[in-house]
Amino acid sequence: MVECTVRFRVGPMATERSAMFDLSRVDWQRLALPPLGLIVVVALWHVACVGLDIQVSVLPRPSLVLEAAIKRWDLLLSEGWVTLKETIYGFLLALVLGIPLAVAVANSRVLNLTFYPLLIALQSVPKVALAPILLVWLGIGIESKLAIAWLVAFFPVVVDTAAGLQSTPRELLELARSLRASPWQIFWKVQFPAALPFIMTGSKVAVTLAVIGAVIGEFVGSSEGLGYLLLSATSQINTPLAFASLFALAILGIVSYLAVVLVERLLAPLLPPTTRH
Amino acid sequence: MKPFGVLDDVRKVFERSELGRGAREPLVAIESISCTFGEGELVSLLGPSGCGKTTLLRIIAGLMPKSAGSVRIRGEEVVEPHADFGFVFQTPNLMPWRSVIDNVLFPLEIIGRLDAAGRKRAHDLLEIVGLGDFHASRPHQLSGGMQQRVSLCRALVHQPTLILMDEPFGALDELTRMEMNDLLLDIRVRTRATVVFVTHSIAEAVYLSDRVLVFSRRPGRIVEDITVDLPYPRSAATRYTARFSELDQRASRALGVIKDVPPPVAHGASDDGPHGGVHGALQGGTHGH
Ligand SMILES: Nc1ncnc2c1ncn2[C@@H]1O[C@H](COP(=O)(O)OP(=O)(O)O)[C@@H](O)[C@H]1O
Ligand SMILES: [Mg+2]
Repeated sequence: MVECTVRFRVGPMATERSAMFDLSRVDWQRLALPPLGLIVVVALWHVACVGLDIQVSVLPRPSLVLEAAIKRWDLLLSEGWVTLKETIYGFLLALVLGIPLAVAVANSRVLNLTFYPLLIALQSVPKVALAPILLVWLGIGIESKLAIAWLVAFFPVVVDTAAGLQSTPRELLELARSLRASPWQIFWKVQFPAALPFIMTGSKVAVTLAVIGAVIGEFVGSSEGLGYLLLSATSQINTPLAFASLFALAILGIVSYLAVVLVERLLAPLLPPTTRH
Repeated sequence: MKPFGVLDDVRKVFERSELGRGAREPLVAIESISCTFGEGELVSLLGPSGCGKTTLLRIIAGLMPKSAGSVRIRGEEVVEPHADFGFVFQTPNLMPWRSVIDNVLFPLEIIGRLDAAGRKRAHDLLEIVGLGDFHASRPHQLSGGMQQRVSLCRALVHQPTLILMDEPFGALDELTRMEMNDLLLDIRVRTRATVVFVTHSIAEAVYLSDRVLVFSRRPGRIVEDITVDLPYPRSAATRYTARFSELDQRASRALGVIKDVPPPVAHGASDDGPHGGVHGALQGGTHGH
């Protein structure tokens, strides 16, 4: 969804140079085209359902999905809240544990050689395969979902943060060292700001993955959350509600992504200008 | 002049492990360097690229361990960086996430002396280098020369007694470089700091220095110690004096860039043509002959 906005903004500006100076026109397209795309797709969906006479249990008409969403909004909201909590906790845990690990790995050859191969090995294990095991360990409560969300979000945070820390110009580190900066000062005033754009990139990937992780956890075993709602709705052949939960999940994903983008905007004064949009 | 820095038989060998894959033997970057410099002196290290100038400067700064020998500043052996040294790098090396003034204030932040006097000094320095109006700008909004001036301010803001400069103006165009040379001489008069200045430009070394130490190719040794007796303050006119071209030529000869031209005759008229680098030196030589 967000991708699509970007493309619509860049497209016309790149092809018609004059559009760059015609602000009103660019703004109009930016505002109008994304909803228009949505309307076109929904209209096609409706036409297909009616025209091909598709059964409600296979693909409900958009109006039925909307109806289900309005009727069960409290349910969607409470289950969505559960999934959001799992996502956010998992994501934050990935930051809290991932950034220090990245710092250790980026600064110590010993720790790098000890932990990096393990991390790569961990990444190559499909997380879905770990979900049942985590369920056995942590039960069907929020802990197991949080653990899976954390697990999938962890890797991009560590890898991007470590890459960012290692990209700190050597001469900036020497400048700090020549002033006898403490390791803490070197980290906080030089390495961390230098790595911040990378950390933001990793976070955007991580938060999207955290949503997926939470839903995987709910699929494998749970009694709440949007993933659970989706499964139980399909098992009762309540396809409109299943679709409504699907859309709720999409909105949840977009909202958490935009939250990270918002943080990035707030940090903009600390970011080098090239990474600002 | 009081002896300020004493280098005695300094040697630097990079071991195979430091050189990366495919290194068959250790690399002798600096063979043996001994010299002294006085308090307030401006000494240039002049040599071809790769001869170990940066390495020696890092060793003096305490940023890199030496393999043998001793470096004493004010009688004290340098084993780690001192907060009252200032270092100017080859590239401006500013932090893109900080404004110009915050870049200049960085050293004070690190050594814990960020007070009103320090802030005032930072603004004054920017004023001196002609960037008073740019204190709130970001580095990317400045030209290369302006960025290097900011980095000069940053090296001076904590009032270091020793300033180490590694080809700071090497990436600048000729005109900007000359301006920066005059700026450095001006600042040096105000601060009375001792300066060790690395360069591979003969004219720059002669123009700036009290003394020019000429390095051989790697492994680095000092092949000539030239005292520049041109009076300060120096100006563009200094570059066109006969004495300047004599010294320029002596440095060129020590570097081995001119071999077949006989040494200049000492009296020489001062209305020679323009000089600078090897070309100027060659001209001066032909005249003298
Ligand atoms: N950190 C380092 N590790 C390995 N070799 C180095 C290092 N620094 C410099 N050298 C080598 O030492 C020699 C001298 O380098 P340097 O001091 O940078 O020369 P200069 O500054 O005079 O151009 C070069 O051959 C360079 O490759
Ligand atoms: Mg160098």
